[in-house]
Amino acid sequence: MNLGTRDYTSPRSPSFGQKRRSLVLRAVAKDSPLRRYDWVLLAAVVALSLIGTLLVYSATQPSADPRSYLIKQLINVALGVILMVVVSLLDYRQIRLLAPFVYLAAVLGLLVVLSPLGSTVSGAKAWINLPAGFQVEPSEFAKIGLVLVIAVVFGELRDGGRVPGPKHAAGVLALAVIPVVLVEREPALGVLILLLLMTFGMIALSGLRLRWVAALTAAGLLAVVAVFQLHLLRSYQLDRLTSFLHPAADPTGTGYETIHSKIMIGSGGMFGTGLLHGPLVTASFVPNQQTDFIVSVAGEELGFVGCAVIILLLAVVIFRALRIAARADDQFGLLVASGIALWFGLQAFINIGMTIGIMPVTGLPLPFVSYGGSAMFADMIAVGVLQSVHRRHPVFR
Amino acid sequence: MIPASHRRLIVLYAIVAALLISLGGRLWYLQVMNGQSYVRLAVQDQTQTVITPAVRGQILDDAGLPMVDNASSLVVTVNMMNLAAQSDGGTGVLHRLAHLLGMSDKLLTEKVRLCNAQVTQPCWPGSPYQPIPVADHVPDSIAVQIMQDHAQYPGVSAGVNPVARYPQPNGANPAQVLGYLGPITAQQMKQQHLPTTGFSGVDLVGQAGLEQQYNQALQGTPGQQVLSVNSAGQQLGVIRNTAPTTGNDLVTSINARLQGDVQNVLSSTIRKAQLQGNTHATTGAAIVMTTGGRVVAMASAPSYNPSVWTGGISQKQYRQLVGKATGVPILNRVTQGEYAPGSTFKITSTAAAVKAGYSLSGTYNCPASYNVAGHNFLNDGQKSLGQMSMHEALVISCDTVFYELAYGIYQHDHTRDNVVVSPKAPMQEMQKMEVAWGFGRAPGIDLPEQGAGSIPTREWLYYLWKGNAHTGQNWCKYGRANGTYVQQIEYQDCHYGNVWEPGMAAIAAIGQGYVAVTPLQLANAYAALANGGRLYSPRIGEAIISPTGQVVQKVKPPLIRRLPVAGSTLAYIRDALAGVTTGAGTAAGAFSGFPRSKVCVAGKTGTAEVFNSSVTSVFASFAPCTNPKYVVVVMIPNSNYGAEVAAPAARQIYDDIYGLEGHKAALPGGNLPRGLPKISSSGSITAPAGYGGS
Repeated sequence: MNLGTRDYTSPRSPSFGQKRRSLVLRAVAKDSPLRRYDWVLLAAVVALSLIGTLLVYSATQPSADPRSYLIKQLINVALGVILMVVVSLLDYRQIRLLAPFVYLAAVLGLLVVLSPLGSTVSGAKAWINLPAGFQVEPSEFAKIGLVLVIAVVFGELRDGGRVPGPKHAAGVLALAVIPVVLVEREPALGVLILLLLMTFGMIALSGLRLRWVAALTAAGLLAVVAVFQLHLLRSYQLDRLTSFLHPAADPTGTGYETIHSKIMIGSGGMFGTGLLHGPLVTASFVPNQQTDFIVSVAGEELGFVGCAVIILLLAVVIFRALRIAARADDQFGLLVASGIALWFGLQAFINIGMTIGIMPVTGLPLPFVSYGGSAMFADMIAVGVLQSVHRRHPVFR
Repeated sequence: MIPASHRRLIVLYAIVAALLISLGGRLWYLQVMNGQSYVRLAVQDQTQTVITPAVRGQILDDAGLPMVDNASSLVVTVNMMNLAAQSDGGTGVLHRLAHLLGMSDKLLTEKVRLCNAQVTQPCWPGSPYQPIPVADHVPDSIAVQIMQDHAQYPGVSAGVNPVARYPQPNGANPAQVLGYLGPITAQQMKQQHLPTTGFSGVDLVGQAGLEQQYNQALQGTPGQQVLSVNSAGQQLGVIRNTAPTTGNDLVTSINARLQGDVQNVLSSTIRKAQLQGNTHATTGAAIVMTTGGRVVAMASAPSYNPSVWTGGISQKQYRQLVGKATGVPILNRVTQGEYAPGSTFKITSTAAAVKAGYSLSGTYNCPASYNVAGHNFLNDGQKSLGQMSMHEALVISCDTVFYELAYGIYQHDHTRDNVVVSPKAPMQEMQKMEVAWGFGRAPGIDLPEQGAGSIPTREWLYYLWKGNAHTGQNWCKYGRANGTYVQQIEYQDCHYGNVWEPGMAAIAAIGQGYVAVTPLQLANAYAALANGGRLYSPRIGEAIISPTGQVVQKVKPPLIRRLPVAGSTLAYIRDALAGVTTGAGTAAGAFSGFPRSKVCVAGKTGTAEVFNSSVTSVFASFAPCTNPKYVVVVMIPNSNYGAEVAAPAARQIYDDIYGLEGHKAALPGGNLPRGLPKISSSGSITAPAGYGGS
């Protein structure tokens, strides 16, 4: 496949040599990593983050101190961008080497969450309290960790085979089960579903023979049926999963968020009420409107136009990720980039879908837009990985 | 690189595109296609409305004396939205409040919970944003404690709520005329488009009498406070606040002083009739009207104290109001009671005879009995009185004269139509005259409760027969050709019930048989006779005055029609009736010694015999004899001759009106107040100039 020509003067990797050059010179040099950045992706991510920051500011107006939310989220974005740049500067073979550690760190974090060090917010024990009032949500890092480690497994088939077989798929499943089980203990149903779908998607993309993919699909469907039949879900989880279909049945209980989020979004109309001018936002009708229900705020205050812009920017991010996957030099790069695309795509769909009543209400933030440090950092690290893959593909053609 | 991965990436492109497009489509559907309906839902979401009931207007007599006004009742309300914001959800406050009010914790908690399909009374059926009344008629000391100790009772307030009060000036208590207030019904709520609190104890509307008739004017407009609220129901601010506007006052033409006197006369008359052995005389009706159609006094016995309705009527009290044993006090016998008018009806019979060609200057025979188509009709047991003028026939009330007149008219009145089985048969000449005087039709007075009485027209007979021959009383089933008296009549009615017979015509002419009138109809007909032939639709309301004293609307009795009777005929009848209270007149005894030189009273006695029962005593009258101003009608069922019971009662009423025979004049000089009472914006009421009143 022809991925176009690039005007490299040197086949050397920028990671090697030129240790003496200043940072500025390196940045502007012909072989500078910045020159090989995916600027469209970066612009879309920054735009989403800034829109998100404004929405967070608006969404927290009913709180005591909306300004502090604004500042915190701006810091989150800034730190996220720095993290992204740092990661993007890594050679992605280095990333491959780091992948198991990221995965292990995330699993360790999930274990710590379940220990007495974990803290509970709105029913889910998903956070670790750090000194100085900071909190970390390890499940966000589990997403990038799982993507990386699956790509590692499928990216270099140790037994020398050309195409991954059921053995590899089983190994990947085993790796996925650990964070899935830990996330289930929190419980964070949204993350659980996302991790399973991502794992399944990456197995399908790995090149595993279709018959095995079909078998896995069948097994997965059977498992879903079994979960419902054997009542393995907690009753509130089952209510959550089904109430979006008939929210009016329990308008003050499980259907509450669906009903009021739809009213918020619907009442925004074409152009919305204007930022900071949404009466329902001001009255904080939907809980967690700065995190999981940030789209409700966008819907009321920015209208259809504002929501469409957010969806288009997300589309840019996801399609750039898929483009990077398609152009990746090797299987690892392809799988990492497409795994991230899957992650962002699924999470965006589930999150926006729940605010407009076509998906169950599960606790997943909207990538780059929702308030929260851990999510922002994890998302930005993923973008850094994408940039790294993007930067590398001509060299390892 | 694995080619399968690249192929499958393209599938992933498609899936992502599909997901994002479905999101966009759904947003388009919600925001652009259905945006407006969600805007409406959003408005509902963020506002709550609190209703403040308006103070109801007063009902005043013609001099401005209130017959219904507002007393204040101290009411303790609990605002659950405030209480819910307490750390303990308000249980501490409720506990303290229950103790203070001497109410059980359980009852108070139940009173403030919201009603729904599972939760039934006691509970609050209104909006949770509405302050919930938990106790009324609270002593001042408790109210003061609640108001001063705000920290102990957050969300609790004690306020003054108006409740209807009946001051009864001079004992004036026209209970059935005033009507009562009751909880608004779902149907009324729909009709009136009024903001309601949803609580029946607050949303009261007139459900009878003047309260119902003039409800629109009296009720005012409730205040509306539109609050913006957040998702927790906490109040964020007030969007709109409209204060309640007090209802308008209704000035009636009822004179409270005379009303009280008439009530006393009526009840003492009934008592006297009982003492004279008429044990069934327990009810009665009396009315004083102007000849222009205004009601000055209206009394129905037995009566009741309308304050039983205040604060909700109990089952027991309600049963007493509608119970036969207590005489159905809720019934307004002046407008709803239907009685045979007896000889008072002879005025229309006279007019009909003149119209049919009988001369007022002719002489008429008054035999002891008169044979109508083979049946003998007696002149109330009197012997033959010989030839006499029409004047004398009215004065001494000779029945046989009117039998002859009625039979004479009958014989030339479309006799073929008498047997036609059809509702379209033409009306008989005599009955046409009666209907023209307002009988057989509701008089259209400004009260919801009014009877039409009955006049046996051919159409009326047809429907009576149709309704009772085989259904209803089912004459054909129970009638026997040779059974008891009742069975024989039923047998005949089954076969000939639709036939207008000469005997019926004869007894209808003296106000018996199928004829039934309400005292109001009778008074109204006599008013038309007295005023020279103008039949009005009577009115009790005189004016509607705003709380600031502006006259919003004046009420005038509308003219129904001019009687189809020559003025000279009416004058002849009036002159004859003037003779009834003197000389050989039937009421001469009842009016003996009455200062006729001061006030000449013209009237007609009536004694209607009702099968299986005592007679109804009737006296219909007007005064003065020339240029009459007032009409007085008294009807006492189950008592005695009109001259014995009703006529003396009417005499006392005239005494009260004019201040004769030692009575205090209710209307000095026989004059009604000129003009309307003045109501100042401060609420004080001044009687019309020159009228000693409040």
